[in-house]
Amino acid sequence: MSQLFGRSANTLALLTISVVLLLGGIGVGLAYAIQGSSYVTEVNTFKAQPVPFSHQHHVGGLGIDCRYCHTSVETSAVAGVPPVDTCMNCHKMMWADAPMLKPIRDAHKTGEAIEWNQVNKVPEFVYFNHSAHINKGVSCVSCHGQVNEMPLMRKTQTLYMGFCLDCHRNPQANLRPVEAVTDMDWHPDEEWKKKDKLVHHGIHPKKNFEVHQLTNCSMCHR
Amino acid sequence: MKNESDNKMWRSIEEQEGKHVPQARFNPFNNDFLSRREFMEWSSGMVAVLSASACTRMPQQKIVPYNKTPEKVVPGKPLYFATTMTLNGRAIGVLAESHMGRPTKLDGNALHPASLGGSDAYAQAAVLGLYDPDRSQSLNMAGSPMYWENAAASLNAIAKNHLARRGEGFRILTEPVVSPSLAAQIDAFVAANPAAQWHQYEPVHRDTEREGALMAFGEDVASVYAFKPAEVVVSLDSDFLMEPANPRYARDFASNRTMLQGSHGMSRLYSAEASPTITGAKADNRIVARASEVEQIAAALAQACGVSVQGTPSVTAAHKKWVQAAAEDLKKHEGASLVVPGRWQTPLVHALAHAMNARLRNVGKTVRYTAPVEVHSVAQSDSIKRLALDMQAGKVETVLILGGNPVYNAPSDVKFSESLSKVKNRIHCGLYVDETASQCNYHIPEAHFLESWGDARAYDGTASLIQPLIAPLYGGKTYSEVLAAFSGDANAKSYDQVRAYWKGKAGGDFERSWTRWLNEGVVEGSASADKRVALRAEGSWAKVGRAPTATSMEVIFRPDATMFDGRFSNNGWLQEMPKPLSKLTWDNAAFVSAATAAALGIKNEQVIRIVWGGKSVDAPVWILPGHADNSVTLPLGYGRTHAGRLGTGTGFNAYSLRPSGSTWSFAGVEIAKTDKQYRLANTQSHANMEGRPIVRTATLAKAQKDHHWTHIHMHVPERLQNVDVGTAGGEHAPVAPAQYQWGMAINLSACNGCNSCVVACQAENNIPNVGKEEVIRGREMHWINLDRYYEGDTANPDTHFQPRMCVQCETAPCEVVCPVGATAHDNEGLNNMVYNRCVGTKYCSNNCPYKVRHFNFFEYTKTITPSMKMVQNPDVTVRGRGVMEKCTYCVQRISEARITAKNEGRKIRDGEVKTACQTACPSQAIFFGDISNPNSLVSKIKAESHNYGLLEELNTKPRTTYLGKVTNPNTALSAEKS
Repeated sequence: MSQLFGRSANTLALLTISVVLLLGGIGVGLAYAIQGSSYVTEVNTFKAQPVPFSHQHHVGGLGIDCRYCHTSVETSAVAGVPPVDTCMNCHKMMWADAPMLKPIRDAHKTGEAIEWNQVNKVPEFVYFNHSAHINKGVSCVSCHGQVNEMPLMRKTQTLYMGFCLDCHRNPQANLRPVEAVTDMDWHPDEEWKKKDKLVHHGIHPKKNFEVHQLTNCSMCHR
Repeated sequence: MKNESDNKMWRSIEEQEGKHVPQARFNPFNNDFLSRREFMEWSSGMVAVLSASACTRMPQQKIVPYNKTPEKVVPGKPLYFATTMTLNGRAIGVLAESHMGRPTKLDGNALHPASLGGSDAYAQAAVLGLYDPDRSQSLNMAGSPMYWENAAASLNAIAKNHLARRGEGFRILTEPVVSPSLAAQIDAFVAANPAAQWHQYEPVHRDTEREGALMAFGEDVASVYAFKPAEVVVSLDSDFLMEPANPRYARDFASNRTMLQGSHGMSRLYSAEASPTITGAKADNRIVARASEVEQIAAALAQACGVSVQGTPSVTAAHKKWVQAAAEDLKKHEGASLVVPGRWQTPLVHALAHAMNARLRNVGKTVRYTAPVEVHSVAQSDSIKRLALDMQAGKVETVLILGGNPVYNAPSDVKFSESLSKVKNRIHCGLYVDETASQCNYHIPEAHFLESWGDARAYDGTASLIQPLIAPLYGGKTYSEVLAAFSGDANAKSYDQVRAYWKGKAGGDFERSWTRWLNEGVVEGSASADKRVALRAEGSWAKVGRAPTATSMEVIFRPDATMFDGRFSNNGWLQEMPKPLSKLTWDNAAFVSAATAAALGIKNEQVIRIVWGGKSVDAPVWILPGHADNSVTLPLGYGRTHAGRLGTGTGFNAYSLRPSGSTWSFAGVEIAKTDKQYRLANTQSHANMEGRPIVRTATLAKAQKDHHWTHIHMHVPERLQNVDVGTAGGEHAPVAPAQYQWGMAINLSACNGCNSCVVACQAENNIPNVGKEEVIRGREMHWINLDRYYEGDTANPDTHFQPRMCVQCETAPCEVVCPVGATAHDNEGLNNMVYNRCVGTKYCSNNCPYKVRHFNFFEYTKTITPSMKMVQNPDVTVRGRGVMEKCTYCVQRISEARITAKNEGRKIRDGEVKTACQTACPSQAIFFGDISNPNSLVSKIKAESHNYGLLEELNTKPRTTYLGKVTNPNTALSAEKS
């Protein structure tokens, strides 16, 4: 009885297996690439807004503190997007007729709210609390980047769980003195570099708080 | 030491008879439309489709900030406002939680005397009623929608027409009014129209209380009880633990029975009742008496207490022993005892109770009398009857119905609906287009109490203000605004009306008082003054009538434990809440005793026809242990035809049989069997614990002798002994140190099964409703299962309650079996549930010995209407389909407190975190706190010798523990019960 498969079948079989593996690998790689691409994560993607508000101008240029507009950042889970009234505090006088600010003036007149496009967002099942971070010396910059250099707002981090965990596992690298949390140009001095930042913020690992508690599910999920 | 074989508790008749009760819960093919094979076909297809759709970007969301931020609103922080809820002619002060203008949760106001912080299930569920999409949403006049201005003009025209005739032909029908400002307004209206009349009617009325007071004192007074100093309480068919809008009684009663260190002894409750209530369930010595026998028993008790009653009460031998024992106990505790008559009993029972309390020198100590809480209290059965007769006779041209639903719930013999059709102008103001509204030619949507300004008096007369949490969602009007429109003031605002009324009452600086009243939720010093009343000579009224015939079938009407009189029909939380004793959901049933069922040859869920006076009603049977023989209880509040999407078509309408004379019970009904069956959704055997000693009880005498009476030796297979199953707490097993270790203790001696915690938990944690069909399949989602256990025979068993939620095992069996790490421990001892990780294998639930995990079999929350979504708590994840969920000790509250404490650089104080169930509990049965702090309250409670853990023998190390239930029966009686 003759051979059922010819000699070439060996090559064909190897070829088939490698092609399948290769295609599978490419598929998986592609999926990862797409998921990690800024198309999906929207990192560094500028978003159009009803009014092209520039943090670069207001923060970088004019030096307005974050908390002038994001008033509840130290006390509440939510930092708060300022009401139209806050804009009008200045723009009643300055650039009062600028065409760019028309939506603000209209909103002020009609009471109709302005709908901003959200840029930095964590999913609904994540309960991020701004005040807890601000009061323990985590700077705005850690998550939102150098907003003082952003003409339009963009995301600088994925804000995925991996990003949160990096810091929750090792917070030291992202801690500052509380006074400096909103300082866009802060750099640690030598003294700060040597310091135990956790102890500085009243977190004594042995006494009252295990840093690894920061990776408990209930820290962020309810 | 007790042995496990001692446990003789049971939940259902089947279980008591030793039959196996099948568990339907997690059979995924427990439905009619999909076989196992079809399921596989569909699911493989779905996997392909879903994996293709998994790679998506997050949807673009909008941030819509305020235009001008309202005062005091901080985004992300709730605000709390004190307001008032009225129910059944009483008010309870509540604190409403508001998230950016959206009320989401009601709790008792600790400063309000009727609450002191506790609340009942009705108050907890009321916030859902606000967002009910079936509420009346438009003003209707003669069938067409109308603007308020036009409607107000025609109302004014009607009023002018009557004013010309001094109000002739004008009638107002209200429920009992406890709002002083509204009453003043109605009075003013009637004064201007002297021929107009004001009628009052509510089906769950207090007519017998009123008549009893008239009989005993010659004037109508309200009894205000003080349970705290009462050592011995005798309840004559009363259900004071479920007093509407008055959880204060439950709190005071429980405070005498905590059995905690430092508490001295325990009060004793005697109860004689026909239809089982939670008050009877808490009684130490309960006898079952038919409704008609209670009067005889009351007379015998009165005689034994030294009240001269003419006639010889006929009391059975067993009841006589109870009477003697109770009388002796009462006399022994003169001045610290209390006789409480039930409003379902005859005026004579009330009068006798007054006489007994006077004779026992209880007046001024455990009971005091005040003027009636409701303004112009009347005999309501008469009032509605007179109105119906006048309407029938054509004497009424205009009837203004402010609230209530008389077409549905008026006595069957007054023929209200028929009479109403003879009235020309039928004007109705109510929350729903209900049975009454649909027979009226004018309907005005009413503003919910969370949308209105107003005021109301509590059980002791204390007034409190009603302030709105939100603008009327559907343009609703308050009663006083409607009334003002009649007087030509279409733009009247309740705010001004209430302020104008109280301005006249406040001494000193009104604005400051007003702000304080709003802030605290109570008008201080407004409680009714004690009224001195003198008992009329007994000879003139205390005569006991003939004994009832024991063989005649009696029918008993009671407000339903969840629907009350039917007003909560469309409230899903209350519909699905298992009733405290019967554990029925979504329906009412005719309750009978096991003996009567056997005698009649009827079974559970069999439909019977109850016939009386040419009328009949068909009802499914439910055998209720402890029910009186030869009696059938028909709960009111069901069988509605215009309730809304949820309420319409549930249960049967017992009002169709209820006459105006003997409104609560009468003899002489006939019961006919039918061969129909009606499926009831009953949860009593769900998550059965298979006969283990779950609830541990002892008498006071035993508890004092053996301090470790709850410690039961359980047989544990050798291979399981001292096995530490470890935690799957991921990186930090078993338990890593943390600043706090949370724990809970539940005092079963205090719990009375009222269900307040169940609804509070549902409101706080966004727990979905599943509907009747799914409840039948055992898939209800309540995180707290309030189990009811019976012990003893079916005729008069002891009843025990046990709230059962996740006990947060330190070595949790659920964690080790989760394939995706969706449930894991945290350092503070909580068994976390990470919803977004859960893939729905249900392994955790299968491995949970407590059966406290609940699975979302369907997409329950996405499908609800936009208005219903407004009630959801933004601090808790809204779970989707295919996700397991369970109690988390209100982790959102812990997180909030931890962050606040950290921001302020301090530790969380003891008592700062309160779980939703703990806050709601009127009996203060639930304790929660940091068990690593030996000085915390919960640590002290857990140190009690009768503290025990559920199924501790499994090495699960539960964080929630129970204090065994102690009862204080009279030893002279405990050997025998009727």
